[in-house]
Formats: sequence, structure tokens, C-alpha cells
Amino acid sequence: MSEAHFARADEAPPPLASPHWTPKFVEPLMFDQSAERERAARAGSIGFRGVSKVYAASAAPALAGIDLAIEPGEIFGVIGRSGAGKSTLLRLINRLETATEGQVLVGGEDVGALNEDRLVALRRRVGMIFQHFNLMSAKTVAENVALPLVVAKRPRAEIESRVREALALVGLTDKRDAYPARLSGGQKQRVGVARALVAGPDVLLCDEATSALDPESTQSILALLKDINRRLGLTIVLITHEMSVIREICDRVLVLDRGAIAEVGLVWRVFGEPRHEATRTLLRPLARGLPEDVADRLRPDPAPQGRSDAIVELTFSGEGEPDIGAIAAALGGAKPRILSAQLDRIGGHTQGRLLLAVRLASSPNLSGLAPSSKVLGYVAADD
Amino acid sequence: MSPQMIDRLLHGLLDTLTMVGASALVALAAGVPIAVLLVLTAPDGLSPAPRINRTLAAVVNGFRATPFIVLLVALLPLTRLVTGTTIGVWAAIVPLSISATPFFARIAEVSLREVDAGLIEAAQAMGCRRRQIVRHVLLPEALPGIVGGFTITVVTMIGASAMAGAVGAGGLGDLAIRYGYQRFDTTVMAAVIVVLIALVCVVQFAGDVAVRRLSAR
Repeated sequence: MSEAHFARADEAPPPLASPHWTPKFVEPLMFDQSAERERAARAGSIGFRGVSKVYAASAAPALAGIDLAIEPGEIFGVIGRSGAGKSTLLRLINRLETATEGQVLVGGEDVGALNEDRLVALRRRVGMIFQHFNLMSAKTVAENVALPLVVAKRPRAEIESRVREALALVGLTDKRDAYPARLSGGQKQRVGVARALVAGPDVLLCDEATSALDPESTQSILALLKDINRRLGLTIVLITHEMSVIREICDRVLVLDRGAIAEVGLVWRVFGEPRHEATRTLLRPLARGLPEDVADRLRPDPAPQGRSDAIVELTFSGEGEPDIGAIAAALGGAKPRILSAQLDRIGGHTQGRLLLAVRLASSPNLSGLAPSSKVLGYVAADD
Repeated sequence: MSPQMIDRLLHGLLDTLTMVGASALVALAAGVPIAVLLVLTAPDGLSPAPRINRTLAAVVNGFRATPFIVLLVALLPLTRLVTGTTIGVWAAIVPLSISATPFFARIAEVSLREVDAGLIEAAQAMGCRRRQIVRHVLLPEALPGIVGGFTITVVTMIGASAMAGAVGAGGLGDLAIRYGYQRFDTTVMAAVIVVLIALVCVVQFAGDVAVRRLSAR
């Protein structure tokens, strides 16, 4: 493996004081990254073929009939309620769990068929980070990061330089001799990331990696993961119960429900047009309902006397950007006002909802304003 | 106290230190591997081996259940085999070691068991072999607990060594019985107690300092 996976060793580490630090692009050393990427591209693919996992004790299978292909270099998210089988699915990839049925393939290799030596070799190509970091409390930051190389019996000089690069990559150069107990949660997870990457893996498994972190640290760890993915081209598989994590960095998402695949696809599509009840349930906390004051006054028909506002909901999902001018024009002189807007851009696709109050006597013509639009009801105008 | 008595006291202290020191080293050298083996072969361990685990646990329990004074006598044939004699300091070291080892092994086992399963999982995930997990994860992480348990073991052994007089091993306990109890010499009794208390305090203090330094990181 080349050293190019990491930042230049002599580069000054970013100031740790800044919580919003995002790793910046660091130019590779004088070597050709494309060959490296190509190799990683082959090695970073993951496949599940008819995989089931049954724990002897429980009657219901933890996973049943999982067929899945994870592309090299993508950030693949797995979401589901607790007990849905996320953790088992992740641990099948580096055989911390063994499949009861079916095959798990990493880089084309059947993980279940490996002998101990080959399994150890595979695990050195698959890094992993954990919700509770799992750092050795008796070892310094540098010793923790060095451990995968020490057990792989790498030469001391190589360990030294790789640890330095890995710590520079995650911005913890000045903490190398600290013990984990002295670090914040975000810093601990950075050590975890450095340790997972130090051996130059093709795949990074993230087990609820941000669930124990505060929002700021979560953001910076996600930014770090995204940067690593882009720069090193490694495949990232992450499991989480937080929708926001998926939306933030994943290319594709798999929704697991009671051990089975509920749906899988591009994040914007799955979130924009959830097809499975499990997905809708997961999305529900994110979707705010009608503002309370409006909901209280909402009625099915316009007020017979006086003037009413129609409450119009426009739902966007897919390519293109909502054209405010066109919407206003279509509603004529009706003076549309925005009551609430929840619009997001996921992977270049607009997704979300726009709630308008429109002063209209008759039903407005809404066709063509948005992929989906409807009048929710009417409220009496105040004036 | 007469100068001779002070001399006997010093001699007794030296005997006690020799017995406890030598047996403690044996307990340390044998207890840690036994503890590791117990943890590894446990049903939820890294290399489950129910038969080995049960046998080892039974042996450990057997020795722990036997009172030291009984062990001292019961082991006389073994003692003769190992040291060539059944009286004196070295004769006491054999039963003392054999009594302390299972005691310490159980305490060390508890410390090893308390190592967070997540750390072992992390080690496996990075491609550690079992032996490497023991060396790089289990032992270093359990070290403060093992040192604390070793301190307890040594203090317990100081108490047990008082019975070594039964095989003529001497030591502080023997002194207290022969002069303090059988000859009604209260001064000697008091002096022995003071020395024993001081000894235990020093051992405990040293152990506590070591544990604190190990866990301060």
C-alpha cells in the first residue's frame, strides 16, 4: 500500500480549537492515484447472496434472505429500528458474525469460506469504527492507531510514518501521546477513524459511529468520512438509526425491517418517495405537520361569507428546482404567502414540502406547479 | 525487649518476607496464565473449551476450598518432593504458593472478564489473532485490576504465613505464638502485631499507588 493514502506528514495539523474544522483536500504525494483507485475499486465491492442469520437462542431470524450489492467507492447507509438487524448485517461483512445461510462477498471473496489466516488478511482490508469508539484505555492515541500495524508485524519505521500520516489526516497530531480518557467524544472517534484507516483498507464499516456524539462532533465526523471516501475512494458501509446521517453523506440507503430489506435505493428517491411502511415510519419524526395555529382554524370549505385563504401544499421530489416566479404567476394575483417550507437538496434532487396560504375565492389551478399539489383546506382570513 | 528478642523479631520478619515474597512470585507467574486460560476457554470466551474450563475451574475451587492449615499438612509429600525437606522456610513456600495461586487466579480472572467486550471486538475487527488479543488488549486493559488483586493476595498471604510455624518455618506469626501466647510475653505479641500492621500497610500502600498510576491514564 502506498503512503499516498494520507496527508503529507509535514503538513501542519489544523487547529483543534475549531470545532468546525473540515479536512481540506491534501495533494497526494508524487504517485499515481488512478492505479491505486482502480485496485481499490475491485477490492471494495461487497455482495450478499441469499444471506440469513439465525441466532440459536431466538426463534425469529435476525436476517432473512438478504440479496444486496454494494458498489466500490460508494457510501452505503443501512437504517432501521433497533433490532431490525443492522448490526448483524454490518458484522457479517468482516465475519464478526457468520452467516447461517448464503454468501457474503468482499472484493469477490467468500468471507464465510476463509481460513483463519485469510480471515485475518481480510480484516486488515476492512476497517471498522464503533459507537463507543472501543479505544484501548491503557494505550496512548499513537499506540492505539499503531495497533493494527503492530499486530500485522509491520516494520517499526513504517508504523511510525503511517501513524503520523493517519493522525494528520484526522487532525490529532498534537494528541498523539495523550490517553483516550483525556479526549472528547469527537476526538475519540477521530482516533477510531485513524486506527481504522492506518492499514489502508478498501472498506470502512461504521457502527453507529456518530450516535454517541453531540451534533457538532457528528457534523465534523461525517465531513471527515465524506472526505475520506472522496479522497481514498474506499467503500463506506454505515449503519445508523438517524435519518439525518443518511441524508448527510450516503449515496444509497437500505431500509431494514425485522431482518428483511424493506427498500433500497438512492437516498433522495427513498426519502422522497418512500414505498414501504417502515420507511414512512422512520421518516415521520422529520415531517412536521401543519403549523398548529393553522390546523386549529382549518375547515374543509371556504367560509360562505367573508374571505378565505386556501392552504395549498406543494410536494417536491426529484430533479429540478421549484420556480417561485412560476408558482406566483400560476396563482395569479392571489398573493401566495409561505406558511412553512421544508425543502432540502439531497444528491442534487429537491425534496420536501412547501405550504402556501393563497387568497382565493374559487379553487386555484395548481396543475404543473409541483410534482404533487393539493388544497388541504381553508381558513378564514383575519382582515 | 532484650536485644536477643529484637534479633528474633528481625529474623522472623525476614522469614516472613522470604516466604511471602517467593510464594507471591509463584502465584503471579502461575495465576495469570490460569486466569487467562479460564477466560479464554469459558463458554463465551475466545476459544470455548467446556471440558478444559470445567476441569480447571474444579481444580481451582478445590484448592480454594481447602483451609491453608490443612493444605500445609496434606501437601507434605509434595513439599518433600520439591524441596527435599518438610520443615523450614522453603517447606512453607510450597503450600503457600499452591494456596495463593488459585486465589489470585480467580481475582485476575474477574479483572480479565471485566475488559469491555467492545475492545475485543475492535481487536478482532482489526485482524488480531487470539494470542495478540491476550497480549495487546486483555492483559494491558486488565492490568490495574490484576495489580489490585495481587495486592489483596499478598496481604492474605502475610496472614496465612503465620501458620507456617506449624512446619517450623518461623516467621512473625510463629514468634507471636511461641513467645507471646505460650510464654505470656505480651511485649513480643504487641511488637509482632505492630510489625505485621506496618508490613500490611506498606504492601497495601504500594499496591494502591501502582493501581492509581496505572488507571490515571
